[in-house]
Amino acid sequence: MDIPRIPLGDWIEGGLTWLTSEYSLVTRGISRFTQTGIDVLNDSLMWLPEWALLGLIALLCWKLAGTRLAIGAAAGLALIWNLGLWNPMIETLTLVVFATMVAVVIALPVGIAAALSNRLYRVIMPILDFMQTMPAFVYLIPAIPFFGIGSVSAIFATVIFSMPPAIRFTTLGIRQVPVELIEAADAYGATRGQKLFKVQLPLSLPTVMAGINQTIMLALSMVVIAAMIGADGLGSEVWRAIQRLRPGDGFEAGIAVVILAMLLDRLTQSLRKTRQ
Amino acid sequence: MDETRPVKIKVRGLSKVFGKHPQKAIELRNQGMKRPEILEKSGQTLGLSNISFDVYEGELLVIMGLSGSGKSTLIRCLNRLIETTEGEIIIDGENIPTLKEKALLECRRRHFSMVFQNFALFPHRTVQQNAEFGLEIRGVEKTERHKIAHDSLKQVGLEGWEDAYPNQLSGGMQQRVGLARALANDATVLLMDEAFSALDPLIRKDMQQELLQLQSKMQKTTVFITHDLDEALNIGDRIVLLKDGEVVQIGTPEEILTKPADDYVRRFIEGVDRARILTAESAMRPLRSTARESDGPRTSLHRMRDHAIDSIYVVDRDRRLIGLLEADAASRATEEGADSIIPYLTQDFRKVPMDEPLHNLFAMFSEKSFPIAVIDKQEQLLGVVVKGAVLDELARAGEQ
Repeated sequence: MDIPRIPLGDWIEGGLTWLTSEYSLVTRGISRFTQTGIDVLNDSLMWLPEWALLGLIALLCWKLAGTRLAIGAAAGLALIWNLGLWNPMIETLTLVVFATMVAVVIALPVGIAAALSNRLYRVIMPILDFMQTMPAFVYLIPAIPFFGIGSVSAIFATVIFSMPPAIRFTTLGIRQVPVELIEAADAYGATRGQKLFKVQLPLSLPTVMAGINQTIMLALSMVVIAAMIGADGLGSEVWRAIQRLRPGDGFEAGIAVVILAMLLDRLTQSLRKTRQ
Repeated sequence: MDETRPVKIKVRGLSKVFGKHPQKAIELRNQGMKRPEILEKSGQTLGLSNISFDVYEGELLVIMGLSGSGKSTLIRCLNRLIETTEGEIIIDGENIPTLKEKALLECRRRHFSMVFQNFALFPHRTVQQNAEFGLEIRGVEKTERHKIAHDSLKQVGLEGWEDAYPNQLSGGMQQRVGLARALANDATVLLMDEAFSALDPLIRKDMQQELLQLQSKMQKTTVFITHDLDEALNIGDRIVLLKDGEVVQIGTPEEILTKPADDYVRRFIEGVDRARILTAESAMRPLRSTARESDGPRTSLHRMRDHAIDSIYVVDRDRRLIGLLEADAASRATEEGADSIIPYLTQDFRKVPMDEPLHNLFAMFSEKSFPIAVIDKQEQLLGVVVKGAVLDELARAGEQ
C-alpha cells in the first residue's frame, strides 16, 4: 500500500512565502531599523581607537570582577588586536550585544507571564523545546526571505536560537520564590504588580542573570554560524578560512571567538554575583 | 460566649474542603460523616468543619491543636490566603469570603498583619526595609514609614540592626523582625502562625514574655496559632481547641484546665493536670513591698508608686496580714487628711495557706484580681501568687 507523503515542507514553505509577501512592509521596516542600530553601535565602537576601547573594557572588568579578569581581558584583547582581528571582533560583539538585547526584551515578559500562568506555561514550554532542538542552521533559511542576506537575518536567527534559556530561567526563577514569601506579600495586601516588582523579580534576579548569561553564550555561537548568510565578524573569518583551506587563519579567528566568549561569560557572571 | 465585649471578628459556620468537589464533602458532612469517611467516600479532605467563634476586641486568642487539626488552615482563612468553602468571617461588618479582589486587598491592608512560623522575611531587603514592607505596600510616604518602622524595631529590641540582612541574624532576632514588620503595619488584628515554634525553648519563653508585655501595652486583637499547650496556657486570654477540623472547646486557660469538655481535652491536659498536686507555695513570689500598720497614706502611696503596683498588703509588727490597701483608697485617705490607713483597708482579697492545691487558685482570680496572699499558720504574710505564676507553674509541670 502506498501512503501518500505528507507535504509538511510544502506547507511550511507556503506559510513562509505568504508571511514574506503579506508582511514585507513590516519586515523591511524592522530590517532598516535593526540595520541602523547595528551600524550606529558598530561605528561608535570602531570610532574609538583600539587602545582606548581595550582600556575601557579592562577598566569595566576591574570594577566589576577585580584585577584578574581585567588583566586577562587586556591580554586577550591585545592578542586579537595583534592578530588583525579587531574589526571582525567588534562586528561580532555588536551582533551579540544587539541580539541579546532583543532576546532579553522579549524573554523577560514572556518568562514572567509563563511563571504566573500555568496555562501559558504549558503552551510555551514545548515551543521552547522546539526552538532549542531545531538545528540552528534551519533558522538561517527563512531569515533570508524575511530580511535579506546580512546582519539583520543573522540577528533574527540568533534571537530565536538564544532566547529560550532567558525565558526558561526567568520562569524558573520566579517559580522558585518560596511560597511563604508569596504568602507574606499577600498577607500584607500586595497587588500582583507589587508582588512581582518587590518580591518575585528581585528574588529571581540571580537566576534570571544566569539565563541571560546562557543567552549571551548561545548568541555568540549563533552569530559565528550566521556568517553563512553573510553576517560580518569573526564568523566570516572562519568561513573564509574553511573555503580557502587555511587552518591557521581559521584557528586564529576561532581563538578570538573563545577569548570574546570567556570575557562575556566572566563579566556577566560577576554581574550576577555582585547583585546577590 | 455570653460575654458582651465588643467582637472584632465573628466566625460562623466556617468550613474548608480541599479537593475538586467541595460540595460533595459538605453533603456527606451534613449526613454526619467525619473526616476519614468523607475522604474515603469522595476523595475530598474536610480541612475545617463548621467552625464558629468570636475574637473579642483587644484579646489574645489562641487557636490550638495538633498537626492536622486545621489550625493553620483556619488562620489563613481569616485573611483569605486560603479560600473558604462555606461560612462567614465578619470583621467590622465586612464578610471576608465574599469580598471582591480590590476590597480584599484593602481589607488585608487595614485589618491584618501576619507573623509566620518560618519568619518569611524577604532576604533581599534589610531589616529596616522588611519592617517597612506593609507600609510600603500601602503607599505610606517614605520618611514617615521609615520612622514608624524604626520605632517598631526599637520596640522589639532591634535598634542598631536596621541595615543588617535577615540571614545575618539569629532565629530569635529574625522573628523579632517579623514581629516588627507586623507591628509597624498597625493593622487592627495581628495573626501569628506558630510564630515561636521554630525557636529554641529558652528564646521561645522570652518571646512569649515579650509578647505579653507588648500586649499589655497595646491591647491589640491577636489570633495566635500553636500546637503547644504550655504556650497556649501561658499567653492566651482564651483558647480555641481544634481537633480534626472541629472546635472541641473554647474557654479561658482556667476553664480548659478545670472543666475539660471531653476526654480528648482531658487527655490533652493530662500532663499539665499533675498540677493538682502542686501547691500555692510553688507558685508563690516574694512580695515586692508591704506597708506597715503604722504607715500613713502618703508613705503607702509612695511605696506603691515606687514598685509600680496599685494595691499593697498591710502587715502589723509581727508581719501578720491585716488588710489590703488600694491606691485609690490611699489617695482618698490623703485627701481627707487621715493619719492612719487602717480605716481604709479592705478585706476583699483572698488568702490561702502554703499547702493550698494550685488548681483551687484558678477560681479565686476574679475580674479585678489582686494577687492572692499566702500566709502561714500564724497568719504571717509569706508572699503572693499572681495569675501568670500559676499558669507558668502548671506549664512547667506539664513539661516534666
